[in-house]
This record gives sequence, structure tokens and C-alpha cells, in this order.
Amino acid sequence: MSTLPGLLRFRFRRRELVCQQVVEMVTDYLEGALSPADHRRLERHLAGCPHCTEYLAQIRETIRLAGRVTPEDLTPGMHTDLTDLYRRWRTDG
Amino acid sequence: MSGAGRKADSTAWPALAPSGSDGASAGPVNGTLPTMDADALLVRRLRDGDEQAFAALVERYHSSMVGLALSFVPSRAVAEEVVQDTWLAMLRGLDRFEARSSLRTWLFTILVNRARTTGVREARSVPVADAGPVVDASRFGPSGAWAVPPEHWVEEAENRVDAVKLSELLRVGLDSLPARQREVVLLRDVESLSSAEVCEVLAISEANQRVLLHRGRSRLRQVLETELGGGTR
Repeated sequence: MSTLPGLLRFRFRRRELVCQQVVEMVTDYLEGALSPADHRRLERHLAGCPHCTEYLAQIRETIRLAGRVTPEDLTPGMHTDLTDLYRRWRTDG
Repeated sequence: MSGAGRKADSTAWPALAPSGSDGASAGPVNGTLPTMDADALLVRRLRDGDEQAFAALVERYHSSMVGLALSFVPSRAVAEEVVQDTWLAMLRGLDRFEARSSLRTWLFTILVNRARTTGVREARSVPVADAGPVVDASRFGPSGAWAVPPEHWVEEAENRVDAVKLSELLRVGLDSLPARQREVVLLRDVESLSSAEVCEVLAISEANQRVLLHRGRSRLRQVLETELGGGTR
């Protein structure tokens, strides 16, 4: 009888995430693809772990920086080629 | 979209909007028309022979398309060819464009299909993702807690590194990704397509997309840490 609370505690501990698991879950977290239980577990971990909080901030920053990468400028020659292509389509279909 | 400002993003159809977007693909911006109307207008202008409309579309998407095509084909010359073919296929298909998806999703889908048919490079990257953890296992202790925690660099990136250098760093990082991861990160994070749009363009499942995105983003983060890390808060 007295082992039951111990077992429960053990199960609870097992269910807590460690950092190594968290870094594998951040994308599912950001994509809203975690189960509600995992979502809660992850946020509980983040609340007590500055390193994983920083890691998540870095992933967010990585996404933000990728979004600022601009397409390379086209060469004038490429512009001409494509304008020609458009004109040919207009006349020939 | 009619203004076709660089990276001026437009949203997906409401029905295709990602359920768990992290906000990186927010829009519409600057009071532009919703994508549906903007796309319909653009298609009409293209059909009517509006060269400006075509030029704006080319300006906005050509380089991105070449970058994406490079994941599938062996050289830049071939990639340029595939993209030119894609433009022509788009023009020829305008009458059949039914706005089931956004114009850019349609455009990228044509591109990927053509690049896959042409490409030989994809054969070397068939696996869904490389195996192994996304953060080197040596950075964690036996309990799974950080032993070598992430180095600070976010403040560096925001305050001390100029935008040109950062952009170059990101480009190099993107180029270094395995092809499948690169495709997803380019479409999702650089082009701001929704996850549903990315799945449509690349014909992959949501789960597959997330795995590739996860690995790609994690690698990019590591590139940034390696280059910018060591800063102080």
C-alpha cells in the first residue's frame, strides 16, 4: 500500500521532460502539433529552464532572420529574356 | 500582390491557413487586397498583356524559384532553364487557374514538378531526414540536461551584426542544408508559405514537413550559434 504514492511520484518524475527531449520538440511546439499534455509538459519545463528558454528564443530568431533573406536581384539580361518570353506567349500563345 | 513588393507577403486562403502558425507568416500587409482578389486581378492583368504585372511577378519570385530549383537539378544553368519553363507553363495555364490555391503556391508547384522531372540530384537525398539528434548529444549530461548550454547570440544578431552579413550567413546556412530540408525551410521560413501550402507544393505530409522543418531550422540555428556565439548578454 505504501508503495503506491512512491510509484505515482516515480511516474510523475518520468513524465517530466529533460532538455535533450525539449530541443527535439520545439518545432512541433511552434507548429501547434503537440498533444495538450506534451504542450503543458514543455511549457512547465521552459518555465524552470533558462537554457531551453534561450534555445527556443534562438529558434524563433532563426525563423525571423530567414524571413528577412531577400531574393537576389535579377540581371538585366534575365529581365530582357523573360520580357521576351512574355511577348512571345502573347503572340504565339 | 499586385504591388509585388519584395517579400511583401500575402496570406494563404483562410482554409489553408496553418492551424499552429508561429506568426512568421502573418499578413496581409500594408492594406493590400486579400490574396484571392489580388491573384484574380493579377491573372486578369497577365491575360490582358500587362507587361508590368509580369515583370513585378518575375522580380518577386524568379530568384526564389531558381534557389528552390537548385535543390533538384545539378546546376544553376539547368535551374534557370527549369524556371523559364515554369514561367511559360504558368502563362499557358492561366486560363485553367481556378484560384483553388494561391497563385504563388500554384507557381511553386509547377516549378517543383518540373524540377523533379528534370532533376537528378534528388536521388541522393531520398531519406526523409538524416538520423540522429538535432543538437549534438555531447552537449547534454547523463540526465539529459544541458552540459554545454546554448551560447548567447540573439542580441548579437539584433544589435551588432549588420543586416548584409546576417543575410549572407543565412544564405550560406541555407545552402548547406540537405536538399529536402532546404526546400521546406526556403518555402516556409524564407517565402513564408503556410505549412499546408508547403505540403501542397512539395507533395509531402504535414508530419514529414515538420520533421524536415525541424531539422533544417535546428541546423540553421547551429550555424548562427557557431558564427555569432560567445557574445555576452
